[in-house]
Amino acid sequence: MSRQTNRGTESKKMNSELFNLTYGSLVAQLCKDYENDEDVNKQLEKMGYNIGVRLIEDFLARSNVGRCHDFRETADVIAKVAFKMYLGITPTITNWSPAGDEFSLILENNPLNNPLVDFVELPDNHSNLIYSNMLCGVLRGALEMVQMAVDVKFAQDTLKGDSVTEIRMKFIRRIEDNLPAGEE
Amino acid sequence: MDSRFSRGKSTILERSLARPKTEVSLSAFALLFSEIVQYCQNRVYSVSELQAKLSELGQQVGCRILDPLVMREKNGKRETKVISALLFIKVVAWKALFGKEADKLEQANDDDKTYYIIEKDPLINAYISVPKENSTLNCASFTAGIVESLLTCSGFPAKVTAHWHKGTTLMIKFDESVIARDKALDGR
Repeated sequence: MSRQTNRGTESKKMNSELFNLTYGSLVAQLCKDYENDEDVNKQLEKMGYNIGVRLIEDFLARSNVGRCHDFRETADVIAKVAFKMYLGITPTITNWSPAGDEFSLILENNPLNNPLVDFVELPDNHSNLIYSNMLCGVLRGALEMVQMAVDVKFAQDTLKGDSVTEIRMKFIRRIEDNLPAGEE
Repeated sequence: MDSRFSRGKSTILERSLARPKTEVSLSAFALLFSEIVQYCQNRVYSVSELQAKLSELGQQVGCRILDPLVMREKNGKRETKVISALLFIKVVAWKALFGKEADKLEQANDDDKTYYIIEKDPLINAYISVPKENSTLNCASFTAGIVESLLTCSGFPAKVTAHWHKGTTLMIKFDESVIARDKALDGR
């Protein structure tokens, strides 16, 4: 118990600029290493996925969030707890599909390219680049670890001239537990 | 067109350079950085290549953070002397990037071109909760890259490398011409 209190929800903070510049130098490197934007997008998503898989453990340990009972609750936890904890922002949840299996996260300030302080603009020859695509991977990877298969993609992006940044999330299915033989 | 320069239609240059209030969690950075290290590792054959790659990425960060820092902290005035340029990095840049001043700034006894920035706890420890048994220089090389481009873009061409010595030491070797110019400025 005491260990838990030690970790608490308090996590160390840092200047977001070093963070978004570091991300920027990664994206720039990927653009050099890969021939086209689609491959860069894919690689960013993949790296994000790897992060998500690790991040979910950190998140569950730090927050006292239990299991979410439905997708709406998941959306709340993502926007109000997780985004707040890691990126210091709280996206708005909107555009629920009637079936309740799809929603949008609206980011006013995307810390990966924070519009207030960012150093980011897309050159003309990278019009297909989804700059912050890593976020999609993070969300997909993290949710996969709690047995939810979701589809995550950018629907709007301020870098492409849209007025807001919108991440669209769609619940696909529950992943059934496949316990390794011998573990029950 | 050089990609450093903004397209005319962009409003990026109109935005305020004021200090941002936003903060992100250190874990977010640690996870991102770890992915970067792994990515670089997959594309190189040796530790020195890996460090060179990380340094390259750091340089991108350094040259972009320099202008906003100078605008915010120094009213747009650049340093012209070696010592003040180094102090700018030790104090101002370090505080902005890492939340604290660097532990020490020293000059080599036997060489007027060489300086050291010393951090007792390697920076990698600030981001990764469990200190690695096999500590590598990864993170420090990235920081070395940042320092190298902060100096080079300020008009002090230098080579910066990271070493394990009294914690982590960034060794700064200035170009001959920088020291000569500094001496000339002193003599005036």
